[in-house]
Amino acid sequence: MINPIEVKNIYKNYSDKNAVNGINFSVSDNEIVGLLGPNGCGKTTTIAIMLGLLRASSGQVFIKGKDIEKNRIELLHKMNFISPYIELPKKLTVKENLIVYARLYNVNKLSDRIDYLVETLNLKNFINQKTGELSSGQKNRVSLAKSLINTPSILLLDEPTASLDPDTGDFVRSFLEKYIKENTVSILLASHNMNEVKRLCSNVLMMKNGKIIDEGTPNQLLKKHGQDNLEEVFLKLSRNEK
Amino acid sequence: MKNSLNRMYGLYLRHFFLIRNSFPRVMDLIYWPTIQITLWGFISKFFSMYSDYYNNTVGVILTCAILYDFLFRSSISFNMLFLEEIYSRNFTNLFIAPMKISEIITSLILTAFLRTMIGLVPAIILTTPLFGISILNLGIPLFFLFLSLYIFGMTLGLFVSSGLLRFGPAFENIAWSTMFLLAPLGCIYYPIEILPDILQTVAKGLPLVHIFEEARHILVEGTVDYKNILNAFYLNFIYFFLGVLLFYYSFNQARKKGSLINVGE
Repeated sequence: MINPIEVKNIYKNYSDKNAVNGINFSVSDNEIVGLLGPNGCGKTTTIAIMLGLLRASSGQVFIKGKDIEKNRIELLHKMNFISPYIELPKKLTVKENLIVYARLYNVNKLSDRIDYLVETLNLKNFINQKTGELSSGQKNRVSLAKSLINTPSILLLDEPTASLDPDTGDFVRSFLEKYIKENTVSILLASHNMNEVKRLCSNVLMMKNGKIIDEGTPNQLLKKHGQDNLEEVFLKLSRNEK
Repeated sequence: MKNSLNRMYGLYLRHFFLIRNSFPRVMDLIYWPTIQITLWGFISKFFSMYSDYYNNTVGVILTCAILYDFLFRSSISFNMLFLEEIYSRNFTNLFIAPMKISEIITSLILTAFLRTMIGLVPAIILTTPLFGISILNLGIPLFFLFLSLYIFGMTLGLFVSSGLLRFGPAFENIAWSTMFLLAPLGCIYYPIEILPDILQTVAKGLPLVHIFEEARHILVEGTVDYKNILNAFYLNFIYFFLGVLLFYYSFNQARKKGSLINVGE
């Protein structure tokens, strides 16, 4: 059976550094895989290659069995992405942003989809407010709504709860748990929040210097490295592993 | 086809909402063309009174100023649509949406037209009560001159946007200076004979010279020389084709170099 996400032997070399060095992994249906690693280890580069924003030096990414390089536009219809480092137009209201992205993704029954997301993500109170005027937590929920506008079957999340207060962070995590139960979706989650990874991910990839240096379920990693929590595993691997 | 139109309409809406939501933005669009055209209106009036060349041809300079401003605004409008995505850190969202490059280009071309007209129509309307001049005196060829200028404006927009794609916000200053670089060679306010021989040869390779020569020809001589209009179109199509090619090339280079990731202020 083909996994919805198959990353095969990806390399990305720049003139001055090798950002990704031969990465392999897959994500199956209704699975959340965590991507952990220190800053600059190649997480964002990997995600950018998977989204077709960046061309790999070699290797292939298959989404639903199709090569992203050869079927970029077709596959982007099935994918979406959220990151605290990219924003929605600040001068547009929440509703206008959702309308724009619903059109860009050719969403059928646009109003119904927007109503569903507004209801599910509690956007009602600020739906007509400009996006730039919202708090971080509210903006995060709007970005999450944008990332779900096309009902993606592949969702790439780059630090989706970074800089959120514990309550909003918990809201997002609970939402993702509920969402994956109700929809057929494969999620790759890059995060620095070890509790989040332990709670959500069935498999964890530990990255360093563009390589996957270890992987397994959160419990397997804890057992293997004799640690009590993932943060200690992370510190051990990022400090010791050559 | 329907899906493609839907996506292009989506990108148009992104900018339509932006303009609609901001009164200062609309005022800014109207302000500069109005100031520019009013200034040239008075200069035009002065020249028409004291210059042999422009004797009895009130409005030649003003008409050329309006045409040049149309070119300037259309090119800047195209660039601004692209810069808005960079300013709002929405660049990545745009390029992970399932939009073909051809759809992005088409949508920006159509949206830039709206932006250009918001700025220019009030200024053009003002010329009649203020200076007793109407650009409509150019007659039917006016449509071809505008069309030709718009294609060249979009071409310049494509060249600059290609730079923004490849080099990011650092290329912004070039975006603002392109038109000033070409203006002396475009022979907007003077005949091509004013230029030194070598620059005349260079200038003839630009559609601008043919467009403005023709505008002056119609206003001064009262006849239309379609050869100038055709020459402008031939050159325009070559440059536009090159602009589209460069845009595709820059997009591919940006994907290779990683400049589509986290583009921001």
